[in-house]
Amino acid sequence: MRWDVIFQSKHLAMYGEGLITTLWLLLSSLGVGAVLALLFALALTSSIAPLRWIVGAYTYVIRGTPLLIQLYLIYYGLGQLEWIQARWDEVWPWTHFKEPFFCALLAFSLNTAGYTAEMLAGAIRETPAGEIEAAQAMGMGRAQAMRRIVLPSALRRTLPAYSNEVVMMLHATSLASTVPAMLDVTAAASRIYSDFYLPFEAYIFAAAIYLTITFTLVGMFKLAERRFLAHLAPRAH
Amino acid sequence: MSGYFVSILQGALLTVGVSLAALVVAILLGLLGAVAKLSGRPLLVVPATVYTTLVRGVPELVLMLLIFYGGTIGLNHLLAALGSKSSVDINPFLAGTLTIGFIYGAYMTETFRGAILSIPKGQMEAAWAFGMGPVRTFLRITAPQMVRYALPGFTNNWLVLIKATALVSLIGLKEMTYLSKQASAATREPFTFFLFAAALFLVYTSVSLWALRRLERRFSLGVKRAQT
Repeated sequence: MRWDVIFQSKHLAMYGEGLITTLWLLLSSLGVGAVLALLFALALTSSIAPLRWIVGAYTYVIRGTPLLIQLYLIYYGLGQLEWIQARWDEVWPWTHFKEPFFCALLAFSLNTAGYTAEMLAGAIRETPAGEIEAAQAMGMGRAQAMRRIVLPSALRRTLPAYSNEVVMMLHATSLASTVPAMLDVTAAASRIYSDFYLPFEAYIFAAAIYLTITFTLVGMFKLAERRFLAHLAPRAH
Repeated sequence: MSGYFVSILQGALLTVGVSLAALVVAILLGLLGAVAKLSGRPLLVVPATVYTTLVRGVPELVLMLLIFYGGTIGLNHLLAALGSKSSVDINPFLAGTLTIGFIYGAYMTETFRGAILSIPKGQMEAAWAFGMGPVRTFLRITAPQMVRYALPGFTNNWLVLIKATALVSLIGLKEMTYLSKQASAATREPFTFFLFAAALFLVYTSVSLWALRRLERRFSLGVKRAQT
């Protein structure tokens, strides 16, 4: 074991840069994914059948195929399509398809949106009928009841399942290392492996970083659950 | 062009092979882990807890690279220490199967542990009262009943496991994803080939989902469902 190589300042700096990329990818894909997921969940539970079918098909395909292939489809695949190639030199949103970070972010956001939308839709469907009836009795319309009653309680009930999804997403960001020119924690470890032929040290150090972030996230969600799901906890005697 | 599609289809068979072999490893490890965690003996509980915590806290890809590259070097060091001059390359099929099985064994441990805990304790006590030993109790009483409780979690784990086999392409196993990447590079039509691979994965996961739903119905026979 030659841990001194890992702890050289320039290699630590490489891991640090990777850590920033990993966290940035995680936070931005969760942010974009959450907005999409909310819209998709509303579509999945709406009364408009075609909307339900389209979004249902979307989540089925996203959840039935590997993220690695979705990433390849966006990073390598979209660049081949002529209508994107024709635009990606000048027209604004398309210019981003040349950037690896944007492609990874797009793949991860679309992926987490698919999973989160199904969780959220489940929680919306499970809203106790009495709560909705009470809202109607108070004279609230569909949108108002959704905004004031259904969504606040559904979002809280999604919290435990969502904490799993966030940890899964953290682990999924390691796939960014398969895109050339992306330097996340896993890619930093792979570079040290290929430069020094030290697989144990390089990947164990990366694993320790991921483990630390995982524990931090799980701890944060435990605190959030204690705060937001206090009303569901067993009653103290 | 069609030659590439045929070779990707052959790779799909390999994907099925890797995932089924990994599933067997994962089920065995999951049962061992669940029994160890429920045994209450610190000597068994501690290693099982370390196993599930570490594996579920680290990305599959990092574990896979660690086990594949680390395992190759470790094995060669071991051979050198034993005085052998030849070096070995780990077979990517074996490495991928063992790694994926090892990772999903940790998830299965939690699924099986929860399922065993859901079985009323009286069932086991009745078996002991009839003079059954621990092994017979497990095989005749616990195992058949835990299937129903374990199936939803098992289904999730299995679907994630199937999709994780795409990662094996990164350590050089020539399965579906690897071959579609090669076909993409050779023909410069990545969209077509990755879409084809995605469709094959979707077929595989859909068939699994359908089969497991039937299994769930089979193992829920005789369970009363309340009308809502």
